[in-house]
Parts: sequence; structure tokens; C-alpha cells
Amino acid sequence: MKWTKSLFTALAAVVLGLIGGALLMLVTGSNPIEGYAYLFRGGLMNMERFGNTLGSATTLILTGLSVAFAFKTGLFNIGASGQMLAGGLMATALALTLKLPKELMLPIIIVGAMLAGALWAAIPGLLKAIFNVHEVVATIMMNWIAYWMVYYTVPAYFKGPMLETESARIPDYASLRVSWLTKLFQGSYINLGIFIAIIAVIIIAIILDKTTLGYELKAVGFNRYAAEYAGINVPKNVALAMGISGGLAGLAGAAFYVGYAYNMQIGVLPAAGFDGIAVALLGANSPWGVAAAAFFFGILHSGKGYMSAMTHIPPDIGDTIIAIIIYFAATSILFENLYEKIMKKIKANKETSTEAAA
Amino acid sequence: MNTLISIFPYAIGFTIPLLTAALGGLYSERSGVVNIALEGLMVIGSFVSAVIIHDLYPYLGSTSLWIGLLGAMIAGIAFSMLHAVASINLKANQVISGTAINMIAGALTVFLARTITGSGNIHIQMGFIPTDIPLLSKIPIIGPMFFTKTYATTWVMLAVLIISYFLLYKTPFGLRLRACGEHPQTADAAGVNVYTMRYIAVGISGALAGLAGAIILVTYSSEFNGNVAGLGFLALAALIFGQWKPLGILGSTFFFGFAATIANVSQVVPEFKNIPGFILKAFPYVVTLAALMIFSKSSQAPRAAGEPYDQGKR
Repeated sequence: MKWTKSLFTALAAVVLGLIGGALLMLVTGSNPIEGYAYLFRGGLMNMERFGNTLGSATTLILTGLSVAFAFKTGLFNIGASGQMLAGGLMATALALTLKLPKELMLPIIIVGAMLAGALWAAIPGLLKAIFNVHEVVATIMMNWIAYWMVYYTVPAYFKGPMLETESARIPDYASLRVSWLTKLFQGSYINLGIFIAIIAVIIIAIILDKTTLGYELKAVGFNRYAAEYAGINVPKNVALAMGISGGLAGLAGAAFYVGYAYNMQIGVLPAAGFDGIAVALLGANSPWGVAAAAFFFGILHSGKGYMSAMTHIPPDIGDTIIAIIIYFAATSILFENLYEKIMKKIKANKETSTEAAA
Repeated sequence: MNTLISIFPYAIGFTIPLLTAALGGLYSERSGVVNIALEGLMVIGSFVSAVIIHDLYPYLGSTSLWIGLLGAMIAGIAFSMLHAVASINLKANQVISGTAINMIAGALTVFLARTITGSGNIHIQMGFIPTDIPLLSKIPIIGPMFFTKTYATTWVMLAVLIISYFLLYKTPFGLRLRACGEHPQTADAAGVNVYTMRYIAVGISGALAGLAGAIILVTYSSEFNGNVAGLGFLALAALIFGQWKPLGILGSTFFFGFAATIANVSQVVPEFKNIPGFILKAFPYVVTLAALMIFSKSSQAPRAAGEPYDQGKR
């Protein structure tokens, strides 16, 4: 698909999502212009809030990359939430068990979380590769297995002093938050995860565009039978793509649970995993598109609290807008047809005008 | 043994909403539309019935419960049409559309609940009261297991199950509906309107999923809080584990419902204290994965499920 077409469909979905949100604000008796003004100011107006936006975007970049990477191989990874939980649980476990200097601690936590996420996704990947079990169903099942794993493991082994429903606080020497970054952004949630996310964007872009592995993965995604005929090992690539996709979601788990948050809550399937689908769709599955879409959703996430404090609009409007955007991104065929029509008209106009000039 | 018998009514209470939602999924998937929006449609049903019952109970008493159930079904149908339009007319990816509906449902209902009540929760004054069936509940063993502390909705849903079985397997309508999920081109050639059939099937799945959410509210939860704790996905697992068959679903939902109930009471019942909760809770998902693996060669899944129907490809 041409990038102008992707941009057009993405913008159309965003605009419709914002219109949907505006209608909801109107129906519930609020002023949408005022609401959006506070929403965007809340995400951007000073360094602290901008840092929070980047902090939210960090998780979304990584889950968006995870979903997008699987999409490129023709796989639908709806299990980024579960893989995030697996990565986050590993990160929390390492952070609360090991006692090492921060320089050693962080690499161990990051690699551990990535491997845990990769393992969690490799199971559906292998099931798909060997038994042709549909990855959508398998990753949904893995989501809920992860949910219950966290639900029972955290209170049993990593419980905090106060509540049964969350882990102990992540100590400073194990947190992805670092003082210079927190100071620079005036005490916001931003953490080293943003650098992990940016590096991941670059590496995934290189893998997809510049390596044989990327070429094979995309070939499997375009047409697995043609790829097989060309001598590409399809099962191996399917399992590998899921593994890498899960590794990215595992990194999101580390960035969220030991960076953005101070501890791990139980009984929550992180929404970022599903938001990742929206990010991937809007970003047209390209790594840089994912980064841009994640930044936009980051604004919605960090601005909604401010908006809700300044107006009577409940903060859940942010999630509603994201959900509406996903719906319209899914039905993008509408806008694609519209785009084709507009382009045809422009072309026709040009032709008539050149004819007239001649 | 006595403990096992005494938890039966709770297990049945937990099974019924699961069965209702899974039956909804059955209609949709049998017609060729994958519906992972069950969870979201249940949330919608739970929300709408909570609002209705909360507002009408002071005037109508327990009649309001039935109106709430009906309202939940209508809301479920209305919302499922979003999924139908996307996946039938616009040929969208059905999994993405379903995910979007799950997210819209979760966010929108809490948004509205906060606007209405100020908090994200809505309490209802009263739900259905579990009653013993006269005479039948006196039968030894079976009586306490199946006929004590039952909800009215349980019997309604068992009737719906039986009707669904006949509708899907013994009527021309059911044959056509299933044909749309197996081989829509052939169904179309035989004069069946695939689009209409799929709309009807998705609508029925919306009604049943909405009803399922409302049943949770009027039986054991009595509070709307913005989610149904993953029961929609558990229903999806039950649909697969039951191999897309009504009786299979009855078996699988009861199996899963029983496991979940044991996990829920294991803290207070000494007999179950040694069974780790994680094993019981994760069990439905693990056995579903195992079933998918074992039946991968002989899957009963509707062949055309998940594929948009394009008449031009006939």
C-alpha cells in the first residue's frame, strides 16, 4: 500500500475517533472543544506532562511493534497483554530477588523480561507451526493463563507489606527510572524504557528491510505457499516471528512494571496489549509509523487525567476514543475506497486541464 | 462428598452465564463470523440491565429484573450490529473488529456509569432469589445437586439450549445457517442469502451475550463494575472445547464452571485447600489449547469462520 494511502486511512480513523469522542462529550453535556483543549494540554503543556506522554508511549511503542511485527509475517498476535504480563512478572521477580548494582541489575531484568515474553509467545508460535492451531485463539488462551499466573504468584511470593493485590515496591536499584531523566522531566513517569523502545524501533526496521530473515518473514506473510515453494522454512519462520513479537511485548512488560509503575498489580490484563493493535494498525505496521501512532495515543493517555480534573468529563473518554479509532481502522476499506475515488477525480481533473491547455 | 454436592448449585449458577455466552458464540461462528466480542457484549448487557433495574426496581419490583434482561438482549443486538457491519459488509478483519468492540464496551460503559452515578459502579437493589424446586429438591443426592437454590434464569437458559439444538440441527433455517459457515458459496448458489443469515446469526449472538452479562448481574454479582472478569473469553474457550456443538458446549461450560467454583471456594473449604488455585483457574485455557492440538487434524470448526464472504469469488 502506498504510504499516502496509509496516512489517509490512519488520519480518517483518528478524525472519526475524535468526532465520536466529541459526540459523547456533547451527549453527556460537556463542551467538546474545551474537553479536547484540556486533553491535549494535559499531554503536552509542560516538561512533566510531556515526559508522562513519552512514558505512556514507551509501552505502546513496544506492544505496537510486537503486533506489527507479527502482522508482517501474516500472524495476528492478540496476546501482547499476556506476553507483557509474563515479561513484567519476570522483571518484578528479578527486581525483588536479586541484589546487585544497578548497572548489572537493569540488563539482567531487561533480558529476562524479553526472554519471558518470547517464551510466552513461542508456545502459540510452535502450536501454529507444528499443529496449525490458530494463533488468535492460542494467544487469547495464553493471555488468561498469564493473568491467573500473576494473580496467584504475586501474592504468594512477591507480596508487599500492605496489600494482597500488589507486589512489593520495586527498589530504586532495580527500577528503569533514573534520577537524571526524572529531574529533566520534572518528576514524570518517563524512564529508560523510552530508549529501549527507540532502539527496538531501529532494530526492527533494520530486520524487516535489510536482512534475509526479514525478507523471509515478509514472504511468509504475503503468501505462505509461495514462500514454501521458494524454499523458505515456513514453520520455523512462524515460530521465530511469534518469538520475536513476544520478546517485544516482554520488553513492554519490563518498561511498564519496573519503569512506569512502582509495582505489579494483580487482576489486570494490561490494556496496552490491546492498544498495541490500534498502534500497529494506525502505523500501517511500519516501525516508524508505530512510533508516531504510539506518541499520539500517549498524549490521550496522559492528558485524560488532566482533562477529567479540569472538566466533568470522566477520564474513560480517552480509552473510548482509542477503541473507536481501532474500529474505524479495522473498517479501513471504507476510506481506501474513498481515497481511490478522490485520487481518480484529481487525476481526471489534471487530464482535462492538460487537455484544455493543449 | 457432601461439600462437593453443596457447591453444585454455585457451580450451576456460574455455568449458566457461561453457557449463554458460548451459545451466542455458537450461532455467530456457525454462520461464519468469528465473534471474540462476546466479552464486550456481555459488559454492555450487564451495564444496560443494571441501569434499567436500578431505575425501575422501586416502581416495579422483581418485574424490573425481567425487563432488565430484555433490555440487555436488545442492547446486545444493537451493539453486535457494529460487528456485523464491519465483518459482513466492510469485510474487516473480524478479530480486530471484535477487539475494538470489547474495548469500546469496556470504556464506554464505565464512561456512562461515571456520568450517571459519579462512580464506575452501579448497584442493583435486588437480584433473583435462589429457590428450591418443590418435590424434586427432596430427591436424595440429585435433589441437592440440581434442584436446590436454583435461579429462574437457569431453567430459561436450559430451555434456550434445547430450542437452539432443534433450531440449528432440525430446521431448514439451521441448515442454511450452518451452510453459510461451512461453504458460503454453495449456500449462496442454493439460494440462501449469506449476508442476511450472517446478520441474523450475529444478532442472535449479541442477544445471548447481552443476556449472559445481565444474568451475571441478576444472579450472583448484583453490581455492574465495568467488566465481566474474562467470562466472555472463557465462553470462547468453552465453545472451542465443546467443538462448536450445543451439547458439547453444555458439557464444557459446566466443566469450566465447576473448576472455577472450586477455585473460588478453595480458600474456605478445607477439602480443596491443597489444590493450587492457579491450576484450577488456568485449567480451562490449558485444556482448550490441548484440545486444539489434539483435534488439529479433525477440527469441527466451521470451515469458513473468519472469512468475509465475497459474492464475486463464487
